[in-house]
Amino acid sequence: MPLKKISLFMIGKIAKLMSLIIAVSIISFLLIKHSPIDPIQSYIGADMSRVGPEQREKLEEYWGLNEPLTTQFFSWAQSIFHGDFGTSLLYRSPVINVIADRFLASLALMGMAWIFSGLFGFVLGVVAGLKRGKMIDRIIKGYCFLLSSTPTFWVGLLLLIIFSVWLGWFPVGLSTPVGILTTEVSLLDRIHHLLLPAITLSIIGVANVALHTREKLIDVYNSEYIRFAKASGEKGFILFWRHGLRNISLPAITLQFTSFGELFGGAVLAEQVFSYPGLGQAIVQAGLGGDVPLFLGVVLFSVLFVFIGNTIADLLYQWVDPRLRKGEIR
Amino acid sequence: MNRELVITRKKWSLRKQTLALILLSVIILFIMVTSGFFVDAKKLDVHLENRNIAPSLSNLFGTDWLGRDMLARTLKGLTLSFSVGILAAFSSTVIAVFLSFLASLNQLLDRMVTWCIDLFLSLPHIVTLLLIAFAFGGGMKAVVIGLALTHWPSLTRVLRAELLQIKNTPYIQISRSLGKSSWWIAIHHYLPLLAPQIIVGFILMFPHAILHEATITFLGFGLSPEEPAIGIILSESMKYLSTGMWWLAFFPGLSLLVMISIFDLLGQNVRKFVSPYQFKSWQV
Repeated sequence: MPLKKISLFMIGKIAKLMSLIIAVSIISFLLIKHSPIDPIQSYIGADMSRVGPEQREKLEEYWGLNEPLTTQFFSWAQSIFHGDFGTSLLYRSPVINVIADRFLASLALMGMAWIFSGLFGFVLGVVAGLKRGKMIDRIIKGYCFLLSSTPTFWVGLLLLIIFSVWLGWFPVGLSTPVGILTTEVSLLDRIHHLLLPAITLSIIGVANVALHTREKLIDVYNSEYIRFAKASGEKGFILFWRHGLRNISLPAITLQFTSFGELFGGAVLAEQVFSYPGLGQAIVQAGLGGDVPLFLGVVLFSVLFVFIGNTIADLLYQWVDPRLRKGEIR
Repeated sequence: MNRELVITRKKWSLRKQTLALILLSVIILFIMVTSGFFVDAKKLDVHLENRNIAPSLSNLFGTDWLGRDMLARTLKGLTLSFSVGILAAFSSTVIAVFLSFLASLNQLLDRMVTWCIDLFLSLPHIVTLLLIAFAFGGGMKAVVIGLALTHWPSLTRVLRAELLQIKNTPYIQISRSLGKSSWWIAIHHYLPLLAPQIIVGFILMFPHAILHEATITFLGFGLSPEEPAIGIILSESMKYLSTGMWWLAFFPGLSLLVMISIFDLLGQNVRKFVSPYQFKSWQV
């Protein structure tokens, strides 16, 4: 693989990321400026009545609220560029620490759901594709179409009712048991609390991969080489294993990587339903509590997250497929 | 005689089936939406003596912790969701049509529009919605603006691709050399050609808009708690789930699901109806 091509690819990607981040920060900056939230009031909180107009003016001057918008934006962008996202008003600690902390919890949740939904969706898609037109295909297709109209949080609520309230198998919320020090929480406890939200996310995430895989498999089975393989006597599982699987697995994996945005959105909801302390819950709390620094931090972080997913998908498409690598198809 | 009998007994053609499905979904949706207007206002009042009743014949969906009838609240909520959805989907469609026409004007504008699409797709949809709803301070206005501003990218992409093909066809070229303005061509040539796509895109945008309205309301950024939106009902129900009042969440969510999937069905069938050839290629 030529080194020049790789470096060109990377430079292009980084330039794209930079332009996206800049655009998103300008837009979100303007939107936040437009919002009815008063920065001084949200910073001081309940003690607002004790702040007189003079003190207020001093604060405004100190923070540069009277400066023109562009100056404000550049001073904010400059500190972001240096890695300073400000201090979260709700958690009273640097935003970057809160995000790092929360992201680890979310990563466990999203990672689990990502793998579950990918595998399960792929299997469903393969079954539907192999049995196309039959009863089972119709059921799977119907299930997938139904899923696309199902609110994620409703699925979460149903699972909560069934497994936590009625059966009592799972805890009602939080990432760790209540009343135990964080250091004493075992891995098993964590998984126990993680499972239900992860299942919620996986149930919803299945549809896309399953439908896509089904289409691909049908395409593959209509091809010349499958006809040839069939003519030379291959059939059933061997036929699928030798000729079907390889051709449909890469598109499915790529699709999974491009679904990072939906995964993140689903995590916001699942975390809210199960009060799981992840990044999604953080952005909701930040939004409701007027914690602008944290809110903007999570917004920018989510851009990065989605971008990484898309870049991996691009890379897979470009270089993992041996045919694309050799430049046989463009 | 015998032959005629065979023909009349034959199954309906695909076109007839599709038309029947479209009609059926329109009727069901109409009933669902209008029944919200006929709900007895008394049922929404607080009746503390009837609170926490499980679903029964007199209260099909049960009652909540204040004795309000859940069926009445759900129907009101569906009507509200529908009106928010129609406003948002309509504005989004207008934006999509406008941007795709803009993109067809010249290379630079095309680049800009594609860049905007990329930009909106680079953020998780919910995060964009939260951002806009946050900036406009919540409430009905914020929800509608947020939904309208975030649902156009996919339709714009479809319309833009379609226009790229049409743009270079001979009759458009002739029309241009006859001195017709871009605006005239857009109204007289592009719009009629794109009409099916636009209508289908509009209907299929609906379920998304309604779903996202419920989502953002559920998260607390959307409609205010006094309004009987499905999202509000569901987020309120969370406090009472651990006491075993499952009907508070089950029926409203299910009704929303039914409404959204019927819309989806309607969109799919309208698409099948207006472009049968395209449909045939991806159906088995």
